[in-house]
Amino acid sequence: MRDTTSAAPHTSATPLLQTVGLTKRYGSFLANDKIDLDVWPQQIHALLGENGAGKSTLVKAIYGLVQPSEGELRWEGQTMVLSGPSQARARGIGMVFQHFSLFDNLTVAENVALGLDGKESFKEMSARLEQVSRSYGLPLDPKREVWQLSVGERQRIEIVRALMQNPKFLILDEPTAVLTPQEADQLFVVLERLKSEGRAILYISHKLEEVKRLCDTATILRGGKKVSTCNPKAETAASLARMMVGTEIKEVKPAASREITVPRLVINDLNLDPDDAHGVHLKGISLELRGGEILGIAGVAGNGQDELFAALSGERLARDPGTIVIEGIAAGHLSISRRRKLGAAFVPEERLGHGTAPRMRLSENALLTGHAAGNMVQHGFVNTAATLNAVDRATETFDVRKAKRDPEAASLSGGNLQKFIVGREILRNPAVLVVSQPTWGVDAGAAAVIRQALLDLAAAGAAVLVTSQDLDELIEISDRIAVMFHGRLSASLPTASASREKLGLLMGGSSLETKEQAHAADT
Amino acid sequence: MQLILEKRAERSRTVALASPLIAIGLTIVTMTILFMVLGKNPISALYVYFIVPLADGYSLQEIAVKATPLVMIAIGLSLCYLANAWNIGAEGQFLMGAVAGSWIAVKTQGTGAGHWVLPAMLLLGALAGALYALIPAICKVRFGASEILTSLMLVYVADLLLDYLVRGPWRDPQGFNFPTTAEFDPVATVPTLIEGGRLHLGSILALIVVAAGAVLLGKTIKGFEIRVVGAAPRAARFGGFNANQLILLTFAISGALSGLAGIIEVAGPVGHLQPGISPGYGFTAIIVAFLGRLNPIGILIAGLFLALTFIGGEQAQITMKIPLDVTKVFQGILLFYVLACDSLILYRFRIVSSSPQVARGAH
Repeated sequence: MRDTTSAAPHTSATPLLQTVGLTKRYGSFLANDKIDLDVWPQQIHALLGENGAGKSTLVKAIYGLVQPSEGELRWEGQTMVLSGPSQARARGIGMVFQHFSLFDNLTVAENVALGLDGKESFKEMSARLEQVSRSYGLPLDPKREVWQLSVGERQRIEIVRALMQNPKFLILDEPTAVLTPQEADQLFVVLERLKSEGRAILYISHKLEEVKRLCDTATILRGGKKVSTCNPKAETAASLARMMVGTEIKEVKPAASREITVPRLVINDLNLDPDDAHGVHLKGISLELRGGEILGIAGVAGNGQDELFAALSGERLARDPGTIVIEGIAAGHLSISRRRKLGAAFVPEERLGHGTAPRMRLSENALLTGHAAGNMVQHGFVNTAATLNAVDRATETFDVRKAKRDPEAASLSGGNLQKFIVGREILRNPAVLVVSQPTWGVDAGAAAVIRQALLDLAAAGAAVLVTSQDLDELIEISDRIAVMFHGRLSASLPTASASREKLGLLMGGSSLETKEQAHAADT
Repeated sequence: MQLILEKRAERSRTVALASPLIAIGLTIVTMTILFMVLGKNPISALYVYFIVPLADGYSLQEIAVKATPLVMIAIGLSLCYLANAWNIGAEGQFLMGAVAGSWIAVKTQGTGAGHWVLPAMLLLGALAGALYALIPAICKVRFGASEILTSLMLVYVADLLLDYLVRGPWRDPQGFNFPTTAEFDPVATVPTLIEGGRLHLGSILALIVVAAGAVLLGKTIKGFEIRVVGAAPRAARFGGFNANQLILLTFAISGALSGLAGIIEVAGPVGHLQPGISPGYGFTAIIVAFLGRLNPIGILIAGLFLALTFIGGEQAQITMKIPLDVTKVFQGILLFYVLACDSLILYRFRIVSSSPQVARGAH
């Protein structure tokens, strides 16, 4: 344990917020174990840690959403007991959640009004909303309905809603996860300004470069315990990662040489209407992916990635068979099972409920995607030995940790379940693998295993299409990167020439729909 | 101190087996209270309900006879419920099967037709049940109509159709104006297993249905499809399974089994078509399906148990003047407890001391 004081001088004698020996127990599980945290005014304090390290539990305790089992919270040196978020807000604690709580069919102002405790009239509130949003450079039109807004704009609503309560202490949970690099830069300007106004910010993230750039102090959690409080500017990304993970992460290595072979997945001018009112129209998507290649698709969430995955997997059928060609065969009209028989495999973003049936055993979940091809089904009867064998092979090859041989999918941790799902598909030796958010919410160790597996699969001759919002991940494993924006796909750039800035501009739609962006900037 | 309901990491197998037993226990406790309120001695009432019917051979046969339609219908319903398709109209499918099968019996009456009559009746009964069940299923798939409502409403249509037929076109001319068909010919009657007994071939068929259900659900890809579609619809779609097709399939199977049970009941224990051929088998089978945990073997046991309550209820009416409706109350309470106890499979109770106490003490 080390404790170096932060570089920034403290302007007051007592921390604004302290947790003292804060412990939260869920049954026998310790989500937080005696955590001491000091956050000072005029400080941007990073809270770092992997999924499951206890970051969310800690901030929920600070925001009054969970009650600590032991230990206490102190506010300006005084003991503070919060029975709910409204009490936290009354003290001046605001929070911006990672997952927005907005009603799509209501306007910006209506959404903000729902989240405020105040007694001012709707008209006054709207006026103040406009004023606050303008003064912080977070432009919002109070009268627009939320479903029309981009993800970045939706986040603005959440931030403005928090700012309207004039908080002294603002918690931000992974705010840049859904932003383009440029949008993130704009957010940092706002955060610096809030800091200069004397507010304290607790900033949850696992993007280390960003933390090094923005934050004065970082507290690192691992397995529910505090590992260290340090000055992130004095650390390297590697040393921060080591503290987060506890061990060295194996580096992902691409194969020395890969042979680029025949086109295995081709999309020809795919247009598709969404099946729900707020979905995204796919417009004129074309790409060609050859054996041995990994193509990354970047983009802010909600720009048609889900719709593209559904169209590729066959969960939604295209009108024209020729729009999707798998292994040289027109497949746009084929069901997902038929596409699997052609040699395609799919890994969706949602592990539980989409990639697996949560309350079914792993062997049954192996059958879920394995029944179409192979020996798992004979004359309509399930070959249980073959399904168990698939579980064992995935377990062995991808180091899936589980309590027993064949547990329910829901009982596995996120990382282990994702390793199982990716392993289940890769062990079917697919010619084409379409994978969405391969390492979303997965611990760093599992993420490395999964990325390596994708590289190895491509090296073995398969064509791999990876959709991800993690630019670093795409840059690490892809040969080429294309960007999705408003249902269109940009031409792909070789990864070597795809700078973060260039990709960021494409993610914001600049070279694709300049007009639309200009329009959005007006409002 | 507070009591909280906490999600379990995995479903508990022990509780899955124990939950129906806990439900039965709670039901008996409730019934005891109810008997006391009715001014009856609860011990002797429970004795008449649950022990007396087991004591003589005639009652045991009668339990098997009553369990036959319950089990047959419940197996079909369990397929629907596993696939998240809510067929509540088994009673109507039962009656339709009885009507359609009886049509052959009525038309061949006294013509000296051969042994093809009974098999043809059974087939037609099953077919009619299946077609009748497909009406709500198609409405659901095609128009999104709630199958719960449509299948339930069709029960009354079937009931009234049967009523019309036995009071009108199919009435026995020698029947003293009673609303009933003539007694079926021997070739149109389900043979009994024991000379002079009540147990009939239908009970054997019910056992075959149980075995087939167990194989379908446990060993085949179709059974897996049914379970995935119900348990995780989006994953099922990702697996390449078509939920709409399964709604049609499970409704058709369920309707066929209900229709088969209906014609067996008419051509077996009853012997002719008349109103009131079912004491609510189609509804009681819903309880049987859930009490049996939607598992074929469980359904067999649950079917026998609920048949026991029918027989026990009759006994209690005769010997203790307890109204027959109390049996229905019993069945309703049982379903209520079964569903309540099921939440314990995925959740568990835990007593926690109110956590902020520690912090408040320091205040």
